[in-house]
Amino acid sequence: MIRAISGFAVGAILLLSAVGMMAAPRHALPADTVLLNAAGATFPYPIYSKWFDVYHQKFPNVQINYQSIGSGGGIRQVLAGTVDFGASDGPMTDQMLGQAKVKILHFPTVLGADVPTYNIPGVTGELNFTQNALADIFLGKVTKWNDPQMAKANPGVNMPNKDIVVIHRSDGSGTTYIWVDFLSKASQEWSTKVGKATSVNWPVGLGGKGNEGVSGLVQQTPYALGYVELIYAIQNHIPYGKVQNSSGKYIKADLAGVTAAAASAANNMPEDFRVSITNAPGATSYPISSFTWLLIPSKIADPAKRDAIKGFLKWMLTDGQNYNEGLAYARLPKAVAAREMKAIALIQ
Amino acid sequence: MDAISQVAQQRSPQRSPTVFFRRLADGDAIAHFITLVFAASILLITSLLVYELWINSKLPRHQFGWHFLVTSVWDPVFGNFGALPFIYGTVITSAVALIIAVPLGLGAAIFLAELAPRGVSNILTFLIELLAAVPSVIYGLLGIFIVVPLVRDYVAPALKASLGFLPLFQGPCYGVGFLTAGIVLAVMVIPFIISVSREVLLSVPADQREAALSLGATRWEATWKAVVPFARTGILGSVFLAMARALGETMAVTMVIGNDPKISASLLAPGYSIAAVIANEFTEATGDLYLQSLIELGLVLFLLTFILNGMARILIVATETKGMAQE
Amino acid sequence: MNSSLRWRKFVNVVMLGLTAVCVTVAVSALLIILGYLVIHGAESLSWNFFTQLPKPVGETGGGMANAIVGSAKLVLLASMIGIPIGCIGGVYVAEYGGKMFSFVIRYTADLLNGVPSIVIGIFAYTIIVLPMHHFSTIAGGFALGIMMIPIAVRTTESFLRAVPRSLREASVALGASKWKTIVKVIIPAAMGGIMTGIMLNIARVAGETAPLLFTAFSNRYWSPGWNQPAASLPVMIYTYAIAPYEDWHRQAWAAGLVLLAMVLLTNILARLILYSRRASASR
Repeated sequence: MIRAISGFAVGAILLLSAVGMMAAPRHALPADTVLLNAAGATFPYPIYSKWFDVYHQKFPNVQINYQSIGSGGGIRQVLAGTVDFGASDGPMTDQMLGQAKVKILHFPTVLGADVPTYNIPGVTGELNFTQNALADIFLGKVTKWNDPQMAKANPGVNMPNKDIVVIHRSDGSGTTYIWVDFLSKASQEWSTKVGKATSVNWPVGLGGKGNEGVSGLVQQTPYALGYVELIYAIQNHIPYGKVQNSSGKYIKADLAGVTAAAASAANNMPEDFRVSITNAPGATSYPISSFTWLLIPSKIADPAKRDAIKGFLKWMLTDGQNYNEGLAYARLPKAVAAREMKAIALIQ
Repeated sequence: MDAISQVAQQRSPQRSPTVFFRRLADGDAIAHFITLVFAASILLITSLLVYELWINSKLPRHQFGWHFLVTSVWDPVFGNFGALPFIYGTVITSAVALIIAVPLGLGAAIFLAELAPRGVSNILTFLIELLAAVPSVIYGLLGIFIVVPLVRDYVAPALKASLGFLPLFQGPCYGVGFLTAGIVLAVMVIPFIISVSREVLLSVPADQREAALSLGATRWEATWKAVVPFARTGILGSVFLAMARALGETMAVTMVIGNDPKISASLLAPGYSIAAVIANEFTEATGDLYLQSLIELGLVLFLLTFILNGMARILIVATETKGMAQE
Repeated sequence: MNSSLRWRKFVNVVMLGLTAVCVTVAVSALLIILGYLVIHGAESLSWNFFTQLPKPVGETGGGMANAIVGSAKLVLLASMIGIPIGCIGGVYVAEYGGKMFSFVIRYTADLLNGVPSIVIGIFAYTIIVLPMHHFSTIAGGFALGIMMIPIAVRTTESFLRAVPRSLREASVALGASKWKTIVKVIIPAAMGGIMTGIMLNIARVAGETAPLLFTAFSNRYWSPGWNQPAASLPVMIYTYAIAPYEDWHRQAWAAGLVLLAMVLLTNILARLILYSRRASASR
């Protein structure tokens, strides 16, 4: 018994010391190291991780640890003060802002879009979706692929007489928010019956977890229709269709279409940058686009952290934007970036 | 102090400080006290957990009351929440998981404990215990890549062809659903049943088996009628572990259950479970009523576990007979 | 040989054969999982994987060194919390407790076992992260430790009770006090089972994701000490597996392999210590 205990103790001590030694960073942290923790949206995670890494290379004393736990998580952690700043695909509502101890500022960072993806055996081309058709499909009113609405938008395509299997997100997400925000504008019935949020009471459909879950289900289920982020569709070579914009044109989502949507919104943007750009005006605008925001507290007590955050924001709005297109994110319109630069001064 | 005076001391306690301290110095009292403290801390932690769940679900409890348990709506936008589809999904998937895992697990444990040579048995058990280490996320992913197509393309048609008259196997099958979730859960809980049951069977005294064999029983009869009943409580304990794991499993279930909060009689239909909806929506939930409704679901699961455990225990007590290790 | 005996022999063969089938099914499940992980993840296993920090998408050469260390720290902390409470509590329930109190504790442990892992994470978040105002390894270890308690209690109690009465009676007859009997006779006799319980516990807890999301959070960098957010293999797997990048998917599978390997190693080490002690004790 004694032998066992001592053996275990020795092993534990060895393990602890080995772990402790390994846990120390390879080089001693310089005295002016600033450790920032951030949390929030999953949609911009790739570009954020790129930015924070590049910024760390430029300024090795600044370590920004960003984790994508979801937009709602980001909002909650910022309100609770457990992270230094947050990120969200959907802007905070007035009610949420009211819960904050210090005012929370919104800074748009990149643009993204949702696309409709489908799996119809025998149909390989790009389908056109009218706004009404999408809303009715997700409401459960249009149930078959060869419904008159779909047939009319796609002349020349042999639409099969099969049920549409609707796939939506099961987890709350900014991707969903963008999609239902658009559907709320496209259809009065959707707006009153279902509404918009990161999670809604879907009238029909199966739920997949994450973009991965939705695209997986769509790819595996014949006659399925779902929605995923544009970047996800591009990276995984998933076919997606065109959506009709407010000018009546069918647009296939790409970076240019998304930036066009943002540019048209830049003119009437509110002071605090909280704006929805779905169904934006403009002939080339892609209708299911959105900003994503960083949530920065307006008062930061620690001067080192404050300067680090302000420095990062300035970099992000200038050099940072050059990395967007490489990862399939659209750039911020110049006008918006310029306004944000001025707003950085509000952080104290 | 020699043994006799020790016993004498304990037989005639005297109320004086010296006796108290001497008793305290006596190893047994200390051991009793220490183990009691640890055991009590379990109660403390659980009570704290329930308390936190309780106070953090105030809003929906006041707003919905008992209706929460019987409503079928889950609408975050309009603030209407009900737990019934989730309760249903949790119970059904766990039931399917146990129906699959318990016979399989017990059979495997019997083989490993009674039939296999020790070396082979140890190695195989090692491997099976590894199943418990596979992260639930990976179980979910493998569920999507392997089990879902399997169910959709092979298992469901086979079930419909043979047992299609039962409402259990009717309706369209997308691959995701109660059955798939049950299968994935079964694989996740089987290592607990096998591992623990095997150890319990191994610890049954050899005379039980030998007595049965000497009376002319076949190998199987000796095992099934003499050894297994003796180990019944331990085996049932492992089933409790498995049931608890199945009820609370989060990540893997949400990837294969279809995430549709509806109640269906068919096992092939998609559904939802309490743990899955909490995992899916907690990180994004904004707004106090929404958040607290999710926490209230956690409380509901607690209640569900309470009731299921109680029913299972009553079952055990009702069927207990003499001649086996008592709990 | 009369027909009844023939029937019984037939049943004997069939049932024993069925048990072999059961084992085959269970082991095949594991082999399929392992096979999948190896096929999809083996190419990501490189020296970089074990020594480098994660790199942003699009850059090769990233690894999960901090997650490996983080997982080890978290499981160690969890074991230091969960195993003593669970095992010693199990000793109480099996040896000292009155019928009613033991029943209550056993029931409570079963209830705790059924709490979804994410709810335990939320609980740890509420009582540790919020007061501390930041995420930390401590909170993660605490959450995982709570999850370990029920299994430890159940298995310890089960195997302590399974020790035959004759052993206990012999020990008391030789004059040993109760606690000496427990420590020197009963626990060693039940050690195999208790160790199984501990190993199952460690295995399960090493692979849990949900409780860590709100407690240990995660970290792209090294996490010195115990007070900072820490990366862990399950959370990295979760993050990478649901991302759009093929390279990250491969890393996720590789991480799964590494996690299994770590658990297997711990299991083997523990059994070695146990068997060597048994061998030396019986000399």
